Amino acid sequence: MPEVLMPRLSDTMEEGTLSRWLTHEGAPVRKGDAIAEIETDKAVMELEAYDEGPLTRILVAEGTTVPIGTPLAVIGTEPQAAPDQPAPEQARQTAAPAPAPPARPTEGPAQTIPATAEPPAPARRDEQEVRTSPLARALARRHGIDITTLTGSGPGGRIVRADVDDAISRHGGQPGAIRPPTAPEPAQPAGPAAAHQTPAEEAEDDEEVPLSTIRRLTAQRLTQSTQQAPHFYLTTVIDAEPLLTFRADINAQLGEPGPRISVTDLLVKACATALRTHPQANSSWDSTRILRHRRSHIGIAVALEDGLTVPVVHDADRKTLTQIAREAHALADNARAGRLALEDLSGGTFTISNLGTYGVDHFTALINPPQAAILAVGAAQTQPVIRDGELAVGTTMALTLSIDHRVLDGATAAAFLADLKTLLEHPLGIVL
Amino acid sequence: MLRDENILLIGEEIGVFEGSYKITTGLLDEFGPRRVRDTPICEEGFVGAAVGAAMLGLRPVVEIMTINFSLLAIDQIVNHAAKMHAMFGGQVSVPMVIRTPGGGGQQLAATHSQNLEVFYAHVPGLKVVAPASPADAKGLLTAAIRDDDPVLVLENLALYNTKGEVPDGEHTVPIGTAQITKPGRDLTVVAYSRAAAIALDVAHRLETEGISVEVVDLRSLRPLDRQTVCISVRKTTRAVILEDDWLSYGIGAEIAATIAEGAFDRLDAPVRRVAAAEVPLPYAKQLETAALPDAAALTRVIHETLDATGFTAHPTTPAGG
Repeated sequence: MPEVLMPRLSDTMEEGTLSRWLTHEGAPVRKGDAIAEIETDKAVMELEAYDEGPLTRILVAEGTTVPIGTPLAVIGTEPQAAPDQPAPEQARQTAAPAPAPPARPTEGPAQTIPATAEPPAPARRDEQEVRTSPLARALARRHGIDITTLTGSGPGGRIVRADVDDAISRHGGQPGAIRPPTAPEPAQPAGPAAAHQTPAEEAEDDEEVPLSTIRRLTAQRLTQSTQQAPHFYLTTVIDAEPLLTFRADINAQLGEPGPRISVTDLLVKACATALRTHPQANSSWDSTRILRHRRSHIGIAVALEDGLTVPVVHDADRKTLTQIAREAHALADNARAGRLALEDLSGGTFTISNLGTYGVDHFTALINPPQAAILAVGAAQTQPVIRDGELAVGTTMALTLSIDHRVLDGATAAAFLADLKTLLEHPLGIVL
Repeated sequence: MLRDENILLIGEEIGVFEGSYKITTGLLDEFGPRRVRDTPICEEGFVGAAVGAAMLGLRPVVEIMTINFSLLAIDQIVNHAAKMHAMFGGQVSVPMVIRTPGGGGQQLAATHSQNLEVFYAHVPGLKVVAPASPADAKGLLTAAIRDDDPVLVLENLALYNTKGEVPDGEHTVPIGTAQITKPGRDLTVVAYSRAAAIALDVAHRLETEGISVEVVDLRSLRPLDRQTVCISVRKTTRAVILEDDWLSYGIGAEIAATIAEGAFDRLDAPVRRVAAAEVPLPYAKQLETAALPDAAALTRVIHETLDATGFTAHPTTPAGG
């Protein structure tokens, strides 16, 4: 009887994507079970069941985006009255089997089931299922081709053998040949069909690791980042001594309860402050326009056991260092415990990734889309430095800014980085 | 009959009149009324008599004038001939043969033009064979007579005038074996009886257009040679079934299911069926012709199936053969 509806996961959410069903029709559901993953523009959240009973029917296919309040599934006995409008999945299911032959075939009364007895083409791309002939599917599997990447030339877009053969011959295989998947020839030039490349042969002792939600999302976002955002990188090395001294001084002043101020906390505050005067770097790419953010919400990349998450300190420029430290600490704890709320992940305008604590000298980070820039922070290390024309021992830190060239250019980004450097080398400015 | 004196013929007008379709011509003269027995018009009676004779060791060959009249004897065929061996623990066998022609196209109207073989092919305990060539007619009838189970030999009115080579002397075709009557690469047509003959003609014609059609003549509807069908479709990746019976629940449905089970991963297009219009067959010649599946309908569906898979023909020069 009870229907599972697309939940409102944030105040701004209007629609959500059913990214994955975690159960299947007929499976028993208990209260509190995660039954699906819902993806909003911000994050992927698990959808918990509020009712118990068998999952009678799934109404929305994976990958479908629907407005909040849309029935996604039915738990327990189905409602008697048919819904006014069949959910997409329902419509598809009734259309999928070959319809009964018409009473009067079009050409000559001798009975055949006409080839036009095809289910109608799905109206929306996100509802589309991949339609293939069994042979095409089997061939693709055999050759390690992702059949969803092919375009079908058969009726209704059905992928047929000819389409798979084309794909095979594009990367030099033998069309129609029945052979196990093999590793691609190393000598072969990487062509446009690189996406179809046969994966390395699975060995007996290989372990298959199913993708967790966070892994999948990380992969998806970062692929989007590298494929869509034209990155360029600016590196600067700062004199880290003043910053570390400043931090030590503050922490010495702090009472016992409450977290210490970390270098990251200082960086958060410094970036947020510098961004105030460099709004170009505090921007987002939005395909047809650039959004320039008035407020500075700083994301902090947190490494999880199996992925990456970026909780956000909102309005970091207006918060005190101790506030930032407390928030960042709680966010990191919650991130590792998988307890982040959607708000904690929402609204970031700039991101900091600090691998300095892992002893990394210097690195470049991938932009967290749709933001315009990310700062990669290396470890503070003791280095020979030139001070007043003399060789001395100092502490330095490498900062690398990755910038989306669609949003801002080298000189603009350099100006931001220079101001940030000044601020970090004269850290009193951070708290002024 | 020369070889085995237990063989006898039973049926309406098979003796003096030599059969409605002259199949038993000369046999009364040669073997006498004890072995060629004319019966009253009472299908249930003479089929039942044949079941009893078979149980007691004779090998009766019953002629039912057309398969339409077998309905009057269906209880004897389905409930007695087919069941005896199993229900009596193998103590008796029923080595009888029922020869009966089916099919339309002779302007015999709806009740005399049916293809009811699927009724019998459905029943375990019976065997059903359906020759499409003179050689197979000899081979299958001989095998049917020598078989210890009841066998229905489906003949077809439209095939009675077919001419073809027939092996001299001893010739049997094992029941339950289909035959590839024409090998091909691009598409398999599965058919039996009259439809198999049509399929063969179409296949030969398409060969000149560069389309290589393989024809599987089932020859035996029960037991069904599923393996030959599946091997062929696994090779060609496309299948069309031509059948004279009605489409719904027909022999073609069984073949399509067989292909789906045995060749699924090699199918590049849906299996298509070409069958008779789902109407009582009209008497009027034009309507009768329109209702029956023909070479044109088969050719069209073959083309549609090939088109659906992006097939390109490679015509050969007609003089090449």
